[in-house]
Amino acid sequence: MINSKTSDKVMKGVFWFSALLIISILFLILGYVFVEGIRVVNLSFISDMPKNNWREGGIYPAIVGTFYLVAVALLFAVPLGVLTAIYLVEFRKEDNLTSIIRISVDSLNAVPSIVFGLFGLSLFFYYLKDFTGGPTIFSGGLTLGFMILPTVIRTAEVALRTVPLSEKLGSYALGATKLQTISRIVIPSSIPGIITGVILGFGRAAGETAPIIFMVALNPTMPEFPYLFSQCNALTTQIYYLTSEAISIERAFGMAFVLISIILISNYSARLINKYLARNIRR
Amino acid sequence: MDDGNEIEIRDLNLWYGDNHALKDVNLDIRKNRITALIGPSGCGKSTFLRCINRMNDLIEGVKIKGEVLLNGENIYKKDVDVVALRKRIGQVFQKPNPFPMSIYDNVAYGPRIHGVGKKELDGVVEKSLKDAALWREVSDRLEGAALDLSGGQQQRLCIARALAIRPDVILFDEPCSALDPISTHKIEDLLQELKKKYTIVIVTHNMQQAARVSDYTGFFLLGEMIEFNRTRVLFENPEMEQTEDYITGRFG
Repeated sequence: MINSKTSDKVMKGVFWFSALLIISILFLILGYVFVEGIRVVNLSFISDMPKNNWREGGIYPAIVGTFYLVAVALLFAVPLGVLTAIYLVEFRKEDNLTSIIRISVDSLNAVPSIVFGLFGLSLFFYYLKDFTGGPTIFSGGLTLGFMILPTVIRTAEVALRTVPLSEKLGSYALGATKLQTISRIVIPSSIPGIITGVILGFGRAAGETAPIIFMVALNPTMPEFPYLFSQCNALTTQIYYLTSEAISIERAFGMAFVLISIILISNYSARLINKYLARNIRR
Repeated sequence: MDDGNEIEIRDLNLWYGDNHALKDVNLDIRKNRITALIGPSGCGKSTFLRCINRMNDLIEGVKIKGEVLLNGENIYKKDVDVVALRKRIGQVFQKPNPFPMSIYDNVAYGPRIHGVGKKELDGVVEKSLKDAALWREVSDRLEGAALDLSGGQQQRLCIARALAIRPDVILFDEPCSALDPISTHKIEDLLQELKKKYTIVIVTHNMQQAARVSDYTGFFLLGEMIEFNRTRVLFENPEMEQTEDYITGRFG
């Protein structure tokens, strides 16, 4: 007979082991990328143009391209997503339409990223080529924007719902209109949550390969003015290219190191901003 | 001091869906007087209060019949501007609900949305805080967070916030129920000052408070106004048996 004290101890050990395993996997991946990447990463790796089909020189165009693509994605998804969330929270009662919108958002979130890639390819490359110029920053950025829309909507919705009813009523009782209440009470209180959504979207957009695999150039390409409709490289797609064509695994790890650093740094700075804002807004 | 009626309520009925929550309420609210509404929980007194500044409009499924006349004008007429109405009738809520911003911005919130210019704003904020008996305590930290104030201070800040839009009437919905006795006492004193300039309606579940602060008292039970009279008369010599039962503590 195992007594209850012993089974408690055993279960505690199982939980502890699971937690430990998670941490180990994370550190294994990050550590491996760090160890492999640090060999090739230095200042000129980040700031120079590539030479000899990415075998030598730096990866500057891929870093720049990633930022351009993510910027377009966020400029599209954040305003649209926040407005949708405000509509859901402040203007709709729970009814059939809200559940349809919500199911759509969740379904969009469940669409595999390569399907976004295929869809973006048909829409921007074939149907709207005259406008988008084919595989451009605009096309790739919007495809990423579609993909991160659910993340932005969901996090903004959660943030908007945490604004207490008593504050909104206080605003209405002072003769504020709905729009004034939303812009002066609801949105300022939700900013930290909205920023969280922006950062999550940033990380996902910067880290995805499949949606933009058909939208980026593989040979070194610096975007030219006007940037929106010129071609670019991206870190993720170059990692894929360098690896699958066996051009240079070492340099692919270097890029992975840079990519992970960008995402981790942006996550961490978002946390700092949030902490700062939370202290100043909601006390 | 004018002793006329600021607000007259005529045959007011209210339904939440199928629930008939207010039944044929008639009541005159005198100018520059404090009118208290008492009654057990769920009797409709807070619902009634929200009819006066049309805050019930924000609740789904509410149907209202009857008239609420503010200086002779029915506020439920079709073309009434609810925003302008709420500027004339301020409200202080049960739980202090300052906005998560500075003390100054809380008081300035109403004037700002109603277009008061930057130059006048300092004066309005100072005067409102003085009238709410809070100025002495916060004058050196107007930029500090409102939510750092004590509960009693927060409630006086909410009063200052309501005063800043220069209303004619202020509605108090159990303003002391979340406060300690000392803070309650301060707010009761403040009410006596405020009635010199404003017409006040206060909902309270505390009968002693109604007896202490008000000039007139209405007793609500199950959505009906059972009795309305001068406060002293209602408490010392109630006409209705239910009123007597309630104020002597036989139920409630």
